[in-house]
Amino acid sequence: MSNLRFSKKDTKDFDFKEWMDGTNDPYLGNLEMKPQVKRKDDFKTVMKHMKDYEMVENRLYDSEKNMGVRFFNKLYKISSILFTVLLIGVMLYAVSYLPPVGNANNPDNNVVSERYIENGLQETGAVNIVSGMILTYRAFDTFGETNVLFIATCCVMIMLMLGEKAFEEQKEADENRRFEPKDDQILKFAARVLCPVIFVFGIYIILNGHISPGGGFSGGAILGAGMILYVNAFGFGMTGKWFNEHIYKIAKITALCMYGLIGSYFYITGANGINNHIPLGIPGHILSSGIILPINIAVGIEVACTMYAFFALFRRGGM
Amino acid sequence: MDFVCNFPAISILMSLFSGIISSGLKQRAARMLNSILLLTVIALNATAFVYTLGTGQSFVYVMGKFPAPWGNEIRAGVLETMMATVFSLIMLLSLLGGEKKLHDEVEEDKIFLYYVLNDLLLSSLLALIYTNDIFTAYVFIEINTIAACGLIMIRQNGRTIEASVRYMIMSLLGSGMILLSICLLYDITGHLLMSNIKEEVISLYAGGNYSVPLTVAISLICVGLAIKSALFPFHSWLPDAYGYSTVSSAAILSSLVSKGYIFLLIKIFYRVIGLDIIRNSKIINVLFVFGLAGMIFGSLSAMKEGDIRRMIAFSSVAQIGYIYMGFGLGTEVGMIASVFHILTHAATKSLLFISAIGLTEVSGGSRHFNEVTGAGFRNVIAGIGFTVGSLSMVGLPAFAGFISKILFAQAALNNVRKMLPVLIVLGISTILNAIYFLKTVLRIYTPVETSYYKPLLIKDQKLYSVVIIMFVIINFILGLLSGSITNWITLGLEMFA
Repeated sequence: MSNLRFSKKDTKDFDFKEWMDGTNDPYLGNLEMKPQVKRKDDFKTVMKHMKDYEMVENRLYDSEKNMGVRFFNKLYKISSILFTVLLIGVMLYAVSYLPPVGNANNPDNNVVSERYIENGLQETGAVNIVSGMILTYRAFDTFGETNVLFIATCCVMIMLMLGEKAFEEQKEADENRRFEPKDDQILKFAARVLCPVIFVFGIYIILNGHISPGGGFSGGAILGAGMILYVNAFGFGMTGKWFNEHIYKIAKITALCMYGLIGSYFYITGANGINNHIPLGIPGHILSSGIILPINIAVGIEVACTMYAFFALFRRGGM
Repeated sequence: MDFVCNFPAISILMSLFSGIISSGLKQRAARMLNSILLLTVIALNATAFVYTLGTGQSFVYVMGKFPAPWGNEIRAGVLETMMATVFSLIMLLSLLGGEKKLHDEVEEDKIFLYYVLNDLLLSSLLALIYTNDIFTAYVFIEINTIAACGLIMIRQNGRTIEASVRYMIMSLLGSGMILLSICLLYDITGHLLMSNIKEEVISLYAGGNYSVPLTVAISLICVGLAIKSALFPFHSWLPDAYGYSTVSSAAILSSLVSKGYIFLLIKIFYRVIGLDIIRNSKIINVLFVFGLAGMIFGSLSAMKEGDIRRMIAFSSVAQIGYIYMGFGLGTEVGMIASVFHILTHAATKSLLFISAIGLTEVSGGSRHFNEVTGAGFRNVIAGIGFTVGSLSMVGLPAFAGFISKILFAQAALNNVRKMLPVLIVLGISTILNAIYFLKTVLRIYTPVETSYYKPLLIKDQKLYSVVIIMFVIINFILGLLSGSITNWITLGLEMFA
């Protein structure tokens, strides 16, 4: 019986039982025991440790002395080149199996493009089929795409926008003309001639987006480029009279909300089978093609604002 | 069509609108608008969930008057509405839980931008969940990527900027691969709508046409989404991005952003390519191996980490590995386990991040292990939250993590060839999880005699406590009511087909 064996004195079992009960500690007296002393670091040793650590770090990443790092850097470069070449090879290989360009039997010549081409004019009222497609058939995608621009501006603002105090200091520096061009007569004259033409051309492209090639994205980019030329020639002071942060915010929010409201009305009535009250007009006229014209205007404003905002933020951290 | 069918589209449009309007508001108003938006979205999607459960079938919603394949479409079933509800709930809790820290870490006049980013992120998550068109998915992937970069970078210091640049590069590589894959698919099928592509792909596969571009397209889209959701060899952007950004961002990125991409991948498996073709292609084995490797190496890196936030971040790599391992099994049961693990990980990882911040706050802001000793006594509610999260990650019964582990193990039994590696790695990974999580739990409950740091009482942090309690409740709901949740997932996946 195990109980009996535990009760016998001077056996290992008995010692074990006693140790388990806690009555006898075999190490007590046989082993030197010290209470743990809390480590004290004086300033000198701490500095020495820090120095050692720094030295190790330096040695570790010093590619001159550390063969391992040097080997790794080389291997990294070679393998990344190999990987890229491999990826290019795979892509070319895949492309070589694709259907030939312009073949009438290609899979993408199907009912989808057929309806876009044949019924597009009738259903969207837009002579420019591409505008009709991206702004009517697939209007939801384009709304997402416009929001990509919007969120990109937000991220640049997070990154570069200065706080109010820093911005005021910046403005003072502006008066020293450090962040603005010098009073350049050639540039000013060129801008005085070109800017009106560029603005009118941009507006023309936006307004004719449903009739001729172009639309909100391209026209807005032209408007934005014109504004950047203007600000380069005449400075932020002059531009601020008609386009500052306040106006930027109002323009941006109005444009996006306009797109959103028109879009939502279109999606929700369409999905529920309700007739919407947007007249398609006569194809080819400036006031035609239903939702395309207002959406083009909204997209144009948003794109122009985004272009100018990018420039201003990168230039001096504010509008 | 019933009125409820409008709700998914309305919730996407509402979040886009709130983002736009918030950009003109002051921070308090932007915050209010964001909370109202999230509550409304939860309510709308929960109603849609009950509706789809009642009708027992999914519905298609045409965005505009032109039906597919000409116009855009979204589609909602049980699984989509459930995911949307859970995601928006977790986003609300993460934002509320990290709100105090947000004010400490972000410049005062940029806080409104944080809410703009979150509104747009929500819209993109909803769109990724509901979309029935792969090009719409791509557009919203772009929004998602840029918003995620902003979320990392809004706390401005060197580490976060480095992390966001790294995230940007990796993530754009992923986006590029997805775009190329969409181009290839369009070229060989002539469609962008998911159901039409699937029909064409099945006939192409049966006829043996274009097999090379099809294979390349499948592998590119899988790898692209794997990079964006930080599967093991592509996870180098993850620890810094989750470890140094402000806490709400870390919680949202780990539990929602990566999950949105994974959900899209599931959708592509079921609705674009078809599960049979995916199973016959070899890409699924690659995902399986990467998943298994991630389960082990993610945990090993987490064990080595001395920083509590980075440890939790590395643990995400392991958990993403679990999900991809479930895909790799290639069976229906494996998919169900993966979807359940998406929910588990979303609920648990955000809880861990939010409670870790409570622990570090009572430790002088230091995130190092030695400093958080005894923090569980100084901030009781955060300690409880962290313990529940850790036990759930380790997989103790009654917690959510247990159910997903048992589902993975059951799924492995159906696949004879892959059974042994799954079970072995699952065992090893569970032990590794236990080592680093329980080490931390023991550390925060080790009493210290004299502490320099003041304890934080529950009455001083009411909102935070409510958030932690809500997270704990969600965890228990997932753990204890798992029967009906798995039934819903099964139903939802059947609706996908």
